[in-house]
This record gives sequence, C-alpha cells and structure tokens, in this order.
Amino acid sequence: MRIVICTKETPDTAAKVDVAPDGSVTWGDAPLVINPWDEYAVEEALLLGDRGATATTVVGVGGEDTKEALKHALAMGVEEAILISDPTLVDADTLVTSRVIAQAVRKLDNVGLVMLGKITTDGGSGQTPAQVGWRLGWTILTYVSKIVDIDFSAGTITVERLLEEGKQVIQGKLPAVVSVVKDINEPRYPSFMGIRKASRAEIPVWGAGDLELDGISPKVKWVEIESLPPREGECQILEGETVEEAAGMLADKLIEEKVV
Amino acid sequence: MSGIWVWIEQHEGKAANVSWEAVGLARTLANNLGEPVTALVFGSNAPALAEEAIRRGADSAVACEDTTLVDYRLEPYAALLSKLVGEAKPSILLVGSTTRGIDVMGALAVDLEAGTIADVVGIEVDGGTIKATTPAYSGKLMATVVHADPGDAPRIFAIRSRAFPLPDGDAGRTGEVKMVEPVLAEDDIVTKAVSFEGTGGEISLTDAGIIVSGGRGVGGPEGYEPLRELCGVLDAALGASRASVDAGWIPYEHQVGQTGKVVAPDLYIACGISGAVQHQAGMRTSKVIVAINKDPEAPIFKLAHYGIVGDLFQVVPALTQAFKKKLG
Repeated sequence: MRIVICTKETPDTAAKVDVAPDGSVTWGDAPLVINPWDEYAVEEALLLGDRGATATTVVGVGGEDTKEALKHALAMGVEEAILISDPTLVDADTLVTSRVIAQAVRKLDNVGLVMLGKITTDGGSGQTPAQVGWRLGWTILTYVSKIVDIDFSAGTITVERLLEEGKQVIQGKLPAVVSVVKDINEPRYPSFMGIRKASRAEIPVWGAGDLELDGISPKVKWVEIESLPPREGECQILEGETVEEAAGMLADKLIEEKVV
Repeated sequence: MSGIWVWIEQHEGKAANVSWEAVGLARTLANNLGEPVTALVFGSNAPALAEEAIRRGADSAVACEDTTLVDYRLEPYAALLSKLVGEAKPSILLVGSTTRGIDVMGALAVDLEAGTIADVVGIEVDGGTIKATTPAYSGKLMATVVHADPGDAPRIFAIRSRAFPLPDGDAGRTGEVKMVEPVLAEDDIVTKAVSFEGTGGEISLTDAGIIVSGGRGVGGPEGYEPLRELCGVLDAALGASRASVDAGWIPYEHQVGQTGKVVAPDLYIACGISGAVQHQAGMRTSKVIVAINKDPEAPIFKLAHYGIVGDLFQVVPALTQAFKKKLG
C-alpha cells in the first residue's frame, strides 16, 4: 500500500515574520523550509516502510518554492514527489486545499494512508487533515502521537491521540488520514546521498485541469494582516537586599495586578 | 436562515470552558444581531449540560444522549451536527478551537460548503460583515478574516480558549431543551475508542489562568520540582520550553511555543527561559509576564512586565514561600 504525505513550504520557525508596507508578509533572509510538523509525518511514513507500506509519495500544493519542501522529503527517503500548482489556487483556503489533496489521492493508485503534520505554521488552521479524510470518506485520526498498531493486509490501524485532557487510544480501518504531533518520532536528517538524489529529481507538476477541479473558490478571505504591536513599557526588575525580599516584592506586585 | 448556534464539547460529562466562553460570545452577538442562541450538546450528561448552557446564555438547546456518543468520536458527532445545522440553517456556528472543535468544524465545512475561521481571538460585527481576528504565522502576526459569499451556509468560527469572557450561570434563565436521535448506528462507525488516559488532575495549559514554565535553566527533570511546588500554591499549570522538552526532561504535552501549545493566561512565569522567538510566539499575549533568569540580557526580559535577575533555584522557592504567606 502507498502512503501519501502532504506538505508545504513555511518560513523557518526562527524567522522574524513581519508585514511590509505594501501589506505582504515578509520573513527577512530566513529560508523557507518544509513545514516543521510535516517532517514528523515524513519520518513516520518512512518508518512504516518496515511495517508493510510499499511506496511513499509526497504531495505539495503551492508555487515553485514548494519544490524545496518536496525535495527535503525526497532527501529524507520518500520515493516520489508531485507538485500541485495552479494560478487558481493562490488564495486557496482549507476547503480548496483539502479538495485538491483529496483529488490527488484519488488519482494515485493503492493509497492506504495519507499523512500530514497537525497544522502548518503559516496561516494554518489545522483543519486540512479532517477535511481531506471527510472528503474521501476514510477513517480520520488526528493529533496522533503514536501508531500503536498497523496491519496493511488486514486493513486495521490503532493509534494514540493527544487531546486536551489526555491520551485517547482509538482503533480504525484503512484507508485512513492521519495527522501527527511532534511527540511521534525524531525526524532523521537527510543523508548526503539523499540530498544529491533529491537535487536531481524531476518533480512532475499537476495543474487544476489534471485534477478536474473547476469552479472552486475559497469561502474565507484575509482582509488585513498586521504585526503585533510591540509591548509597551519596560520590564520592571525587582531587586532586594535578599532573594526573599525581591520575591516578596514580586508577589505583592502580582497580587496588586489581580492575576493571582 | 437565522440563529446563532454553539456546539458544546464535553469530556466525561463535563463541558470545556471554551464552550461556555462560546456561549457568552454568542449571547453578545445575539443581542447585537437580534437572533436567538441555540446550544448543541451530545454525549455524556447532555441534558444537564444543555440546561447549564441555557443558564449561561443560550435561549434553547438541542441534546442527544446515546451510547454511540459517550466517548467523542468524529464520525457520529460530525454526522449529527451536520444534519442538524443543514436542516435549520443557522447564520452563525461557534465551536471551541480545540482538537475536537477543529475536526468537527472541518468535516462540517465540507458537508455544507461553509467557510471556517479557526483560532479566533476577536469578533467585530461591521454592518453585514463579521470580522474575525486570528493569530497567523503561529502568533507572530494578527490577521483579520471574513467569510466570502456564505450563501446558505453558516459562518463558522472556532474560538480560542480564554480569548472571550467566561459567562456566569444565571439560575433564573430557562428555555426549551429538545432531545434528538443520533444519525449513525454503532455498526456505521469505523472507529472504536479503546481507552483514555487522563493527565491525572494536572491543569491543562490551554485552560490555565496561571502558567509556571521552565526552560533550559532548570537543568534536568528534577529541576521542575520547585516549579511544581509553585504551581501547587497558585493552582497553575506547568509549562516548558522546546529545549527542555527536546532534552527529554519533561513530556511534550507541557511544551509552550510555536511547535507546542499557544497559551494566553493571566499570568505567565518564565523560569530559566531565554525567550527565543518560537517560545514568544506561544505566550506573548499573556496578560502579565514574569521572567526569572540569571542572564540579565535574556530576550525574555524585553517581553516581561516584571523580572528578577537571579538563580531560579533560589528565587522560585522564595516566591512559593511569599505566596504561601500572603495568600494564606
């Protein structure tokens, strides 16, 4: 069975993201990298190779930049990559993106599992995994911190999910869509050979026409984006003759602020 | 097409606070738009939670209690919600921006071709438009988002925990609770909940009014002990930086920051945390920020309102003692 991993390109997490005077989002000299959560999805897909998955395909939706994220996945060991790129997808919301991914998955053969990071670190809302799964009518397992058991021939999967109140163990049938959290594994660094192979890879590009996507339009739009206002005022450093005195002063301040 | 609907999520018969906050927001919007508020509650304790939703601000409620809905699972919950919303066509649907809320909202959006806005921290009614503000780029920016041509579909919003006030209950409020039947039978549901392991009474980061958080400066797993004691005195949740989680000192569910949880408590006490941009993205909207760090040049002091420059292993126990004395 094939595993499809979905990814996109996002600014490096250390980037200082800002808004330029023309209203566009900038991140200085910081590189665009594979969405950090998706690295865990790639790693988990590769680990499943030992548990009976037979092929891995990474799919990215976006512009030319997205190829770097796809190449990162190839360098880690994914076998093939596909870029889905179309001018009509520039303002895609999750409804559009999930439809594009679902169509791509239908076009690929023998897919047993779709894996994604739990969210993207740009405009991410975290809904894409559930929406892809709901469109396909597959089992949906989000926020997965561990694949407890998977049997590709029997078509069963059991996972541990990280919810607000604790860990849920839940069982489902394949095919499934799985989104992963950071706890699930430790992504490998691409090997030198992997990087060389990825840099030479020819990545096929599918357009909206290839996926029979006509007349889809986003249902939400961003009307404004702004930097957070800088924090006003200075930090008040509390000093005392002793640590106890400084701690006492801090406690008084916090009681005064009515936050304890 | 009218009405403001709120989906109340529950775990083991107790509603999430963010769901009550959503009821409070719905009440405010309803007073502005002149539309009634309906709460939807499924699963354990649904009828009682429906009554509570009315006391907290809903005009009426729809409840469903069934063996298929005891433990939350996406398919039966989304199928039922989708049917109810599809039939009644409310103009607005609010959910909590939680693991459950995001999934349920995503499924519903597909069924109803409805636009969704997640992680909402502010809402403004501007004529016929409802503008929502939501953090973008993991909290580094703030975006204003609107629905485009909603047509027949509801405008769906998932609101962030603690972004809107928690409404008190008013025992005098009454309203109708309508009981409904589930849509899916057990045989139609592919997932089976096997077990649930709770966090053992620890306060969850997203609900906490106070967070005491430790970073590289705690030095090891045992370094969290003084922080835990302070948490005990303040009824606070324990947070951690990415560095300390990656070092294996504390489990991932405690991580605050861009690849952990984004939090906004009333008080955030950062102990031995330098304040990398990724960490700041996860906590900078906290109301009051305190930094305790040996390094006076640490970036966290630029963000903090109050600071003590010193060894956290002396300062934190002293602070615990001070609160014990002053808070009785």
